[in-house]
Amino acid sequence: MRLLASLLTVALLLGTAAKAEEQIVADLSQNRVAITANFQGSQIFIFGAVKRLSPVPGHYGPLDVVIEVSGPPEPITVRRKERKYGIWVNTDTMTVDRAPSYYAIASTAPVTEIISEAERLSRSLGLDYAVKILNEAAGEQNSQQFSQAVVRIRQDSGHYAESERDAKLAEDTLFTAEFQLPANLTEGDYTARMYLVRDKRIVNAAEKIITVRKTGMEKWLYDLAHEQPLIYGLLSIAVALFSGWAASEIFRRIRR
Amino acid sequence: MNVYLPIAEVSVNIFLLLGLGGLVGVLSGMFGVGGGFLITPILFFIGIPPAVAVATGASQIVAASFSGVLAHFKRKTVDLKMGIVLLIGGLIGSSLGVQLFKMLKEIGQVELLVTLCYVVFLGVIGGLMFIESVRAMRRAKRTGPLKKIKRHTWVHGLPFKMRFRTSSLYISAIPPLVVGFLVGILAAVMGVGGGFIMVPAMIYIIGMPTKVVVGTSLFQIIFVTGFTTLMHATQNYTVDAMLAFLLLIGGVFGAQIGTRIGVRMKAEQLRVLLALLVLVVCGKLATDLVLEPNEIYSIVSGVE
Repeated sequence: MRLLASLLTVALLLGTAAKAEEQIVADLSQNRVAITANFQGSQIFIFGAVKRLSPVPGHYGPLDVVIEVSGPPEPITVRRKERKYGIWVNTDTMTVDRAPSYYAIASTAPVTEIISEAERLSRSLGLDYAVKILNEAAGEQNSQQFSQAVVRIRQDSGHYAESERDAKLAEDTLFTAEFQLPANLTEGDYTARMYLVRDKRIVNAAEKIITVRKTGMEKWLYDLAHEQPLIYGLLSIAVALFSGWAASEIFRRIRR
Repeated sequence: MNVYLPIAEVSVNIFLLLGLGGLVGVLSGMFGVGGGFLITPILFFIGIPPAVAVATGASQIVAASFSGVLAHFKRKTVDLKMGIVLLIGGLIGSSLGVQLFKMLKEIGQVELLVTLCYVVFLGVIGGLMFIESVRAMRRAKRTGPLKKIKRHTWVHGLPFKMRFRTSSLYISAIPPLVVGFLVGILAAVMGVGGGFIMVPAMIYIIGMPTKVVVGTSLFQIIFVTGFTTLMHATQNYTVDAMLAFLLLIGGVFGAQIGTRIGVRMKAEQLRVLLALLVLVVCGKLATDLVLEPNEIYSIVSGVE
């Protein structure tokens, strides 16, 4: 099964390359994001060009670009409240199997209009496909409500964004897009994927990795807390006791 | 100016945290409460993950209480012997409470149960204190200085009597042990120091003089919350040192100011104020339970 799938992919790749002969050459303004103590969020600028070996035949449809940046996918638990005995209580719980910690998509036109559903589904492209519940027993309407809630909550917090027409394509060759990473970002390897789209099909794709890591003081504290929890705990208490004592001393001096 | 918290993994305004720490510190110094019942819900509200808020709140209370207790030691308003008896009960209760908390978490309704606990305890204690202290103030107005009445209740009939010089009490060790034990359980389950429960219990059940109550409760809280911090740090990795540090810078200074305000006020006034504060927090939590939330869905990180 897997062999068949990979053979198919190779065949598809060869097919698109031979037919379209349009290739993405792209880069990022930064491929490392360092989370420091005064991290305010970050902007990632993605730019690239379309490489062609021959001119585009006239009967081809217009070229569009879709750029997607997504954080590491992780399972999350979502709860829903209901009014019971006059108070609001968590009643339903569902596990969302795949929810990237960050997801943003920028395109030259609305994604649903320029890419076929089948292509979007196979690449998990777009917020409706990126957040996934695999539990069939949950019922389609129910799981849809839960995944929509995840998208809504994370859009409000700036972790998810779908900005149609925010990618710019000049002369069918040069493209750029800008992504805003929020201040409360989680660590991990983020993926930036770029797609060239013609006639509702993806003709070429490219991928870049953005590593998001804590550095300096942040990293030191995080590592200590996880690797030497006892020392970290004792240290926290020692710092607390010391500052309590210091404040009391300072105040005593001031009063004199 | 924002600061990124390494364990909570969120970015929060630095002055908000300093101010919050300061406010809670003032209360802690004035009333001898750790302030956890205020700081933990406020941390939820500004977007700190609940697990981190509970654990970090505990470590912040250690600092504020220590700063406060030093001031009380200087005025000799700490009953060390009573504090140690309370502490023994407290540590047993707290380790039992942590197990209880885990069990509740597995059932899934821990958030609701904690909130209900808050509403019930804050409501009952706040209400009782308010009624009692208003009565005491009226009495004080009518008949001048209040004469100390030695009440003899069932508490005085228990065995294992001990002499507590600082509190001028000669009572059984059982009531303080039980009070410490119950407060320890509640402290672990509700993620607070438990001062707001212990202070009234010391006044009304054990019968300690109000002036000694605050210092002694602070003394006990330091150890119980220190123990809780260590448990959270080693078992859940949820103590955020950066968050704790910012809160406690505000907190320790606040506690010093609070202690000084507390000395200048009459015991009855102090109690009315604390009662009102407890009732306000209770009311806020209760309305949150009853009113329809903006978002009925909530994301819990990780799979349980």
